[in-house]
Amino acid sequence: MTRPPSASGARLAVLLVGLALAVALIAIGALFLGSARVPPGDVLAVLAGRVRGVDQVVVLSLRLPRILAALLAGGALAVAGAGFQALTRNPLAEPSVLGVSSGAAFGVIVAQVFGLSGGLVDAVGIAACAFAGALVAGAAVYVIASRGGGLPVHTLLLAGVIVGIFFSAAITVLISVLDFDRLGGVVHWLLGNLGPIAPASLAVFAALTAVGLWLIVGQARPLNLLALGEEGAQQLGVDAERLKRRVFAGAALLTSAVVAFVGPIGFVGLIVPQVIRMLLGPDNRVVIPAAVLGGGAFLLLADTLARNVVAPAELSVGVITAFCGAPFFIYLLRSRAPQAGL
Amino acid sequence: MTAPLVACERVGFAYAAGAAAFAIRDLSFEVRPGETFGVIGPNASGKTTLVRLLSKVVEASSGRVCLDGADVAGLSGAQVARHVAVVPQDVPRGFPHTVEELVLMGRYPRAPRRFFESPEDRAAARRAMEATGVLALRETLLDRLSGGERQRVMLARALAQEPRLLVLDEPTAHLDLRYQAECAGLLRRLGREAGLTIVLVSHDLGFAAELCDRLLLMAGGAAIRVGPPESVIDEAVLESAYGCRVLVDKHPISRRPTVHLVYPTS
Repeated sequence: MTRPPSASGARLAVLLVGLALAVALIAIGALFLGSARVPPGDVLAVLAGRVRGVDQVVVLSLRLPRILAALLAGGALAVAGAGFQALTRNPLAEPSVLGVSSGAAFGVIVAQVFGLSGGLVDAVGIAACAFAGALVAGAAVYVIASRGGGLPVHTLLLAGVIVGIFFSAAITVLISVLDFDRLGGVVHWLLGNLGPIAPASLAVFAALTAVGLWLIVGQARPLNLLALGEEGAQQLGVDAERLKRRVFAGAALLTSAVVAFVGPIGFVGLIVPQVIRMLLGPDNRVVIPAAVLGGGAFLLLADTLARNVVAPAELSVGVITAFCGAPFFIYLLRSRAPQAGL
Repeated sequence: MTAPLVACERVGFAYAAGAAAFAIRDLSFEVRPGETFGVIGPNASGKTTLVRLLSKVVEASSGRVCLDGADVAGLSGAQVARHVAVVPQDVPRGFPHTVEELVLMGRYPRAPRRFFESPEDRAAARRAMEATGVLALRETLLDRLSGGERQRVMLARALAQEPRLLVLDEPTAHLDLRYQAECAGLLRRLGREAGLTIVLVSHDLGFAAELCDRLLLMAGGAAIRVGPPESVIDEAVLESAYGCRVLVDKHPISRRPTVHLVYPTS
């Protein structure tokens, strides 16, 4: 197998510019597509500010925020996945597989029980509850799975599944006990739904995603060294404890931001980093920055499909990612895992 | 006499705080610049813990470990890694990177804040790969290499750190005779020509006696004896440390001490 040349700043810049152009093209395409028929000429007129009325609402208040939310959520989930994979040295680790998404979802439901909903302060509160849930779930998986200082792959995956099931059950209890007048909305959200998002929520979402990316992206080089094992990385001067805490917090924050604002969308964090590694090699200094844009592009494509394939009804985007992700997970488990000594 | 490069002063270490079983007890010794210093001893005698103490993967519970006069307690991990390079027994299975990528990882402690390696880093990695004869393998994945090749790649990574002290943890553990000879030749060359100080931790008493200027024999976490191979490789001393009968002989060519195990007859 030939491998791409080793990473450098110039090569990464070229790659990122190319990916950014691809993302822009997909986003422009998504503006023109939807169940409400807005002729392409009218979309252009809205963008130029020359048309008001229904078309303007559809393009600027429905489609545009949704496109931005898809880009943010996809990038956040892909980087969270790449972070968890580097931390656990396990190619199958990912927010939904590890149960972290379920923990965050439980936090969101608890926040809604306490009456938090739409405004700016409420959005921060919901995200904080989601973050707390994600941290608890992640810590529980770590404690259950660790054996003598290591994280064996099979116990890690099983612990993730168990913690996920536990929090899903807890969510079901809360939903059943408390009469949600918007129960339909909750079910839709639990599958991951890029529905209408308020500008205040979008702003909080973007800020939290930026913090999460800041925590992880700069650590790509020491994360590479973690492939030597914890002691191997420490021998080269990596402060492994601090690195793990920082990246875990970043990945949990990204996961909880996505869950709080668009729901627990699965498998993006698995598919996107893996495909990037297959194409561009395992260097996290390439994989993680590319995952920001690649994840956004993937989720935007999936969501555009979700809102057009059964129009005028629409699917949850989580359905599309699960249909892509489940077979991909099985493929990785059977082909890649043995090489990784799993 | 020159100042020691490594000085362990009454070092004690226990893995669990307050545990009765100390992995290292009251250990004192010095390693002088330029010497090849061997650490031998039975299983669980504290050799691996000593490697961890020297590379600050763990910190002494009592006493001090000094590198070039500075207590490691006051140095960052990267500062220690600029002084001390550890050659581990192996890299984890499934390690996804190529030889060159692994060797470049040795440059991390030189500039931990740098995101990509500089041209100087690449030049240093290239020199290190040349020194251990693995330059031709630089595009190869680690999983495709033989045991001897992996050993030389890990040695190249350590050299890329441009350390003053090289610590080898059981370098011959997975090597057949040919690669053991190769490894011995390489270590001699690095010690004599490059002037590196080497700490060699080994189960192989003959290998250690052949290569080292002085030996430290450990048992139960404590130093039993430190000195030139002729004084440490001694029948009575080894028999008490290892709890079995041995015969000490001289290597027919090098005249260094060698050890024969006296196999029990049924």
